[in-house]
Amino acid sequence: MSARVTVLYFASLRDVAEIDHETFETSAPDLRVLYLELRARYGFPLSVDRLRVAVDGEFARWEDAPRDGSEIAFIPPVSGG
Amino acid sequence: MNRFALSETPFDVAALRAQLLDARVGGYASFEGWVRDHNAGREVTGLRYEAYVTLAEVEGERVLAEACERFAILDARCVHRTGDLAIGELAVWVGVAAAHRDAAFAACRWIIDEVKQRVPIWKHERYAQGDADWLHPAPKGDDPAD
Repeated sequence: MSARVTVLYFASLRDVAEIDHETFETSAPDLRVLYLELRARYGFPLSVDRLRVAVDGEFARWEDAPRDGSEIAFIPPVSGG
Repeated sequence: MNRFALSETPFDVAALRAQLLDARVGGYASFEGWVRDHNAGREVTGLRYEAYVTLAEVEGERVLAEACERFAILDARCVHRTGDLAIGELAVWVGVAAAHRDAAFAACRWIIDEVKQRVPIWKHERYAQGDADWLHPAPKGDDPAD
């Protein structure tokens, strides 16, 4: 089963992907696999264990399945302050 | 009520402080984070903060609500800049009002530490050598910029 999702890229992920968002169909079973697929496509240097993941503006779990119509953001280590 | 805010432009600390002061307040503590001209042994010429605005506002509010639960304080606020900042500009401000100073100091310290660890804001530093980089610190305080 596939889901149509929008993925947001921030900070170094955006620089590497050279886009700030994209919308596509994914058949990844969970958000971890989705990131691994995108990491393979773009060559993101950050591993899953350095990131957090958010869905529709709220932190989510890596084992959550991508929901159709959702907005997914992979959150690199933050550096505010 | 919003206790946490992102600001794309410089903001007035005096006005924010005034919002926290009333007759119950016996102690007020604040923290100001400024853009300095060096980091991790490199000369910094300026920086940019980027936020995932939706989530940063939610998580920032959560930090301040948690501070109000954890400490004997009356209220707290935090404002964080986004966009391009020059050396010497104010990057982040935390203000805490309490009946007594111990709680005000402790909550202020806790809030800035939590904001730095949890709120999705990223710092992009420009260096004197002409290059620039995102800071993605390692966990557990390994970041020399702490």
